[in-house]
Order: sequence, then C-alpha cells, then structure tokens
Amino acid sequence: MDWDLPLIWAGVIGVAVAMYVILDGFDLGLGILFPFARSDRDRDQMLASIAPFWDGNETWLVLGGGGLLAAFPKAYAAIMPALYLPVIVMLLGLVFRGVTFEFRGIARRKGRWNFAFAAGSTVAAFAQGVILGGLIQGIRVENGQFAGGPLDWATPFALLCGLGVVAGYALLGATWLVMKVEGELADHARAQAKMLLAAVLVFMAIVSLWTPLAVPRIFERWFSMPNILYLWPVPIVTALTALAAWRWLDQRPGARPFVAAIVLFLLGYLGLAISTFPYLVPPTLTIWDAAAGPASQAFLLIGTLILLPIILGYTAMVYWIFRGRVRAGESYH
Amino acid sequence: MDLDPVLLARIQFGFTISFHIIFPSFTIGLSAYIATLEVLWGATGAERYSRLAGFWTKIFAVSFGMGVVSGIVLSYQFGTNWSRFSVVAGNIIGPLAGYEVLTAFFLEATFLGILLFGRNRVPRWLHVFSAIAVSVGTAISAFWILAANSWMHTPAGHEMRDGVAHATDWLAIIFNPSFIYRFAHMLNASFLTAAFVVIAVGARYVLANRHMDEARTMLRMGIGLAAILAPLQLFIGDQHGLNTLEHQPVKVAAMEAHWDGSKPGDFHIFAWPDEKAERNWFEISIPRGSSLVLRHDPNGLFPGLTSVPPQDRPPLLTVFFGFRIMLAVGFFMIAAALCGAWLMWRKILFDTRWYQYVVANTWWVGFVAVIAGWIVTETGRQPWVVYGIQRTADATSPVPSSSLATTLALFVLVYGVVFSVGIYYINRLIAKGPQARDEPPPGFGSRPPPTAIAAETVHAEG
Repeated sequence: MDWDLPLIWAGVIGVAVAMYVILDGFDLGLGILFPFARSDRDRDQMLASIAPFWDGNETWLVLGGGGLLAAFPKAYAAIMPALYLPVIVMLLGLVFRGVTFEFRGIARRKGRWNFAFAAGSTVAAFAQGVILGGLIQGIRVENGQFAGGPLDWATPFALLCGLGVVAGYALLGATWLVMKVEGELADHARAQAKMLLAAVLVFMAIVSLWTPLAVPRIFERWFSMPNILYLWPVPIVTALTALAAWRWLDQRPGARPFVAAIVLFLLGYLGLAISTFPYLVPPTLTIWDAAAGPASQAFLLIGTLILLPIILGYTAMVYWIFRGRVRAGESYH
Repeated sequence: MDLDPVLLARIQFGFTISFHIIFPSFTIGLSAYIATLEVLWGATGAERYSRLAGFWTKIFAVSFGMGVVSGIVLSYQFGTNWSRFSVVAGNIIGPLAGYEVLTAFFLEATFLGILLFGRNRVPRWLHVFSAIAVSVGTAISAFWILAANSWMHTPAGHEMRDGVAHATDWLAIIFNPSFIYRFAHMLNASFLTAAFVVIAVGARYVLANRHMDEARTMLRMGIGLAAILAPLQLFIGDQHGLNTLEHQPVKVAAMEAHWDGSKPGDFHIFAWPDEKAERNWFEISIPRGSSLVLRHDPNGLFPGLTSVPPQDRPPLLTVFFGFRIMLAVGFFMIAAALCGAWLMWRKILFDTRWYQYVVANTWWVGFVAVIAGWIVTETGRQPWVVYGIQRTADATSPVPSSSLATTLALFVLVYGVVFSVGIYYINRLIAKGPQARDEPPPGFGSRPPPTAIAAETVHAEG
C-alpha cells in the first residue's frame, strides 16, 4: 500500500490539537473568567461544571506533543527550542491551575487558589496564543536545528495572537457556562459571552488581514486564482456563524451558543491550516521534511486508528454521565 | 552568564523528572490498593473498606493531580531541553510515548472523573470498574515509559542511518534486554512505596487511638503486602543488577566503586571513591562481597572502572552513594515488613508501641529508595543519553544558558510551592481521617436525575 503517511499524520495531529483547543479551551476559559465571577459560590459552581472533565481535556495536549515527537520529530526538535520560554511558561501555568482543582477544595482560604486558577489559566492561554503566533510567523532552522535567538517569538503579532486566544478561550468558557449552569450565573455568562464574541471577531479580523499582508506566501495562498474561488466561503461562513452565535445568545441560550463558538474556533483553525499547509515549521520544514521514519509513523498509526475511536467513545460516555446543568450552590468539594 | 548549558539542561531535567517520579511511584501502587478496597467492599459489604476506599481516593486525587501536571511538563521537555536527542531517538521514543498517551493517559484521566465524582451517578459496577481502569492505566503507563527508558539503556531493534535511529523490530525495541527487569523493579517499588504510606497512616491512627477499625485493616494489608514484596524486591534488584553487568558493566563498576577488573571485587559498605587518584579512601568492605553477588563466586571477576577511559565513566560519587542509599532503605523495608509480619503472627502488633512509632514515621522510605534508584541508573548511564549511540553533551537544544537558568529558577519556585502545599493538604486529609460515604439512593443507577450533578457526590463525601 502506498499511503502518504506524513499527510495522514498531519491530519491526526490536526485533530488532536483541535480537540485540545476546544476541550481545554472551555475549561481554561473558565479560569480566565474566574476573576470576573461575582462570588465564591459562583466559582464553586463554575469549577463543578468542569471538574470531571478537565484532566481528560488536558490529555489532548499530551497527545499533541507526544504525537508531534512521534510523527514529526524534526518539527518537534525545531519548535520546542524556538518557543522555549512560552512553552515553559505555558506548562507552569498549567501546573498552577491543574492543582487548584484538588487544592482549592481542601484549602480553608479559597482566595489564593482562586488567584492561582485564574492566573494559571490566563497565562497558559496567552502562552498558547504566543506559540501559535510564533509558529505562523516562522522559525529559523538551519541544519535541522533551531538557529534563532531566545526571544525571536516576541513580536507584536505573536502577542496579539496571545490576547486573541485568551479572548477565544474565554468565549468558549462563557458559552459553556450558558449551556451548563443554572441560575443567575448563566445570565451573567451570557452577557460576558456577547462582549467576548465581539472581541474574538476583532482579533480574527486582524489576524486574517495581518498574515496575508505580512507573508507573501499566505497572500498567494488566499488571493491567487484559482484558490480564491474555493476559499471565499471560509470568511463568509465565519461571519454567518458569528451572527448565529449572537442571535442564539439573545434568543436560544442553551447549547447552541457553545456549538457556534466551537464552529467559530474550527473555522479560524481551518483558516490557519490553509495559510500554513504544507509547512509544519514555516518557512523551512514541510510535513514531509519533518516526518519520522515510515516504520515509526506506521507503527503508531495502527494503534491510533484502533484506540482513538475507543478514547472518543469513553470520553463521550463521561460527558453523558455528567450531563445536565449544575445548580447554584453546588460545589466541587 | 557563563554556566554550562549542558549542565543546566541536565539539572533542570533532573529536577523536574525527580519531582514527577514521586507521584507515579506512589499512585501506581495506591490506585491498585483503592481498586482492591472497592472490590473487597463489593464482595464483603464491610463498611470499613468503603470508608477506606473513599479516604484514599481523596489522597490519590491530590497526588495524581500533581503527577499529571508535572508529567505534562516532561512530555514537552524532550523537545525544549533535548532537541537533538529528539531527532536521533525520536523514531523510537516518540511512538512509545504516543502509545503511552493512547493506552494509558486517556484511560486514567477519563475514568478518574467517574471514580472521583460519579459514585452517585453510575451503577456500582461501573464505579468499581473505573477504580480498576485507573489502576490498570497507571501500570500501562509505566509499561510504555519504562520500555522507552530501557531502550535508552539497552538499545535494540533499530538501525542507525545518517546518525538517526530507525526502527526495524518493534518487539525487540519494546522488550529490549533491560526492560522486563526495570519494569518489574519499578512496579514492585511503587507497590512498596504505597504500602509503607498505608502502614504509616494506619500506625498513626493506632498510636492516636482513632479510626481503629480502619487502622487495623491498613496495617494488616500493608504489612502483609510488604512482607512479600520487600524480599521479592531484593531478588528482582539482584536480577536487574546482573542484567546491568551484562549490558552496562561500567555502571556496575561505578555502583561498586570497583577499579581494577583483574581482581575480585569487595563490597564497600562505605568508601570515598577518588576519581583522580583512581582508588577509594576510607574503605569499610566485605572482602569479595561484590564478586560473590555478581558472579556467585568469591573469586569471580567483573570489569573495573579502569577498563574505560575517564571520559567514558559516569559521575562516580552520585552513582556509588545513590546505590548505597537505595540498598540501606531497601534493607530497612525488608526488616520492617518481616518484623511487622512476625508481630502480627504473634498477635501483638497492635500492642507493640515502638514498632508502630517507627513505621508511623517512615512513610517516606519508598520515595527515597525510588529516587535514589533512578539516580543510580540514570547517572550510571552517563556520559551517554542513549547508551553507545548518543552522548548527553550531543543531545541538548540550542537554548542559551540564560533561558535555562531563568526557567530552572521558576521550576524550583513553582514546584517548591506546589509540593509543600500538596504535602500539607494531604496531611490535613489524613488528620481528618476516613469518613462514611453516603450510599447511593435506592433504585439508583439506571437513570440519574438530569439535574443531579457531579459536585453533589463530592460535596456529600467531602
């Protein structure tokens, strides 16, 4: 059989990262919204709504990292040193917010863990945005190794992407609350979601304009013939989704705004994939340049094709077991 | 800054991985204990098993959380600190790590949600199954990561092309020559670590005359398990040592501070090895002890440190003393477990205060043995990162010392805070002690009410 293994693996890792961004996105988003909650009762309710899920959600990040090492070791080896500081800062942020779930319940004074959860989540989200921005703007690679400086990533564009991801995760978090909690907290989240939706649209518009103008390769991808004929629906569908999200927040505040926020994220993600494909580490390493040996890609792919559906199955089961809304006054511990 | 980036990268990785290993070495064993308690509760209906399962699950949750977050860090540090290692060994290590995520991490993380919050939302069998799934997940995780680690000690099933390892035989890679020994040694170590924590908590309650029913059960179960596993660990460790002698003789020479391979080896109870003079000072030795253990013959010979040039020798003091610490703790565990078993047999365990006092204060022994053992095996592999294939100095990332030093300081700070607080909170849970768990409402299990939520369960439990 003559499969294009690198292409398949790019798809698998693309799915893993998308799963991560959506799933951990909403629970990181709750952390970003934590300082704006009205009371500790609300915060209890917020944490209760994600407590059974957060660990599974975060595992997709490990799959993204592990999968990148397994399938594209050269990309992994170039990206991690290039984005060294934001990667480590993200990990430390995740440490703080991760331990909060258990620590806050035991602590007598919740305040410091409220802060740890909020700061850890916000820092992790911002760092992830910076990593994304750093990747889009490109990494200097020579002889298969990163050849730039430790602060190459620190550009206005990357910092903007950081803010964009913070706003985006907060939107996912707010719409999750609209769907998942009862009472005044849901109304409060609805108001927040509308502001955040507007902010996310602004960020998406800036990134969509900035990248093609700054990088000729991306301009060509979107605006040359015949690509433009296939690609014009992407921004249109994005605009329609945003409109639907707004209307649903007004009129149908159930699961729909959350779904719309997810679709919005996926469209943004698709747009970035269109901009960068086939590069994994622009502007030097394509998915074929960075690929692991075929024996390694094939070995893990077999397991992935068997295990990923099972994982999705029991993940869905857990979301089903813990379905329904979290009532006011219910806490995690 | 003029600090050596290789050294900084190693200190940082050594720090984060040592911190991380504390938690798996406890939670692998503890999750099996929780699963056992849940099954016993189901089989006997005895309330103390239920209370104990709930109690240890809370402690497990805190420990597991710290293990998860410190583990995620490691999955990225292969790239941040060791990017050239990732290129050379990525074809082998990557897929093994990938299988760990797919077969273990998702299983643990997802079923942990049901174990912690689902008791009143799922049928009882599914809750017990979740406890077992979490436990099996932790063991599967150890399987893959130890396969990857063992391959770095005894690489097999690959061929080198253009300086990069390519897989040729996956079974040979996974079941590489040192894997089974290392896996058995680590799994057993984890059970022992958890056993001594359980024994310590049980003894603490007996001394305080609290929760006596649960305390007796913990002491009996912990001592019973340790009395079998601690002596077994000596046997497994011996086998592992013989395997190391076959594949990494220099590591063994460093563990024994054995310089001259043309003479039989003494076992040094204490010595101060001098790398420059190539000899030991202040030796207190059992003559020909090492030869007897390693060759089963007092006149047996095994390679000495001088068989390789100095630049191919591991850092001697670390390996030598790490090994002695592990051995000392190991023999203490055997003594404590057998002594406890004897007291139990004579039915005077619960009246023997001095013994309770000793074991109540030695909850930490397993952790020390695990960390010391890992330091021996990992430092003993030096100067190689993949034995015979890549030197550690050639494995680093192009990251400047300033970045490494900054993040090292951050890691020490953050982990220091998290660890101290974690220990403090675990102590608070222990001080509170086992509590009754609320029973699921009658007829529960088929269709939970849609408005019931996860938190209710925990609220009632905690």
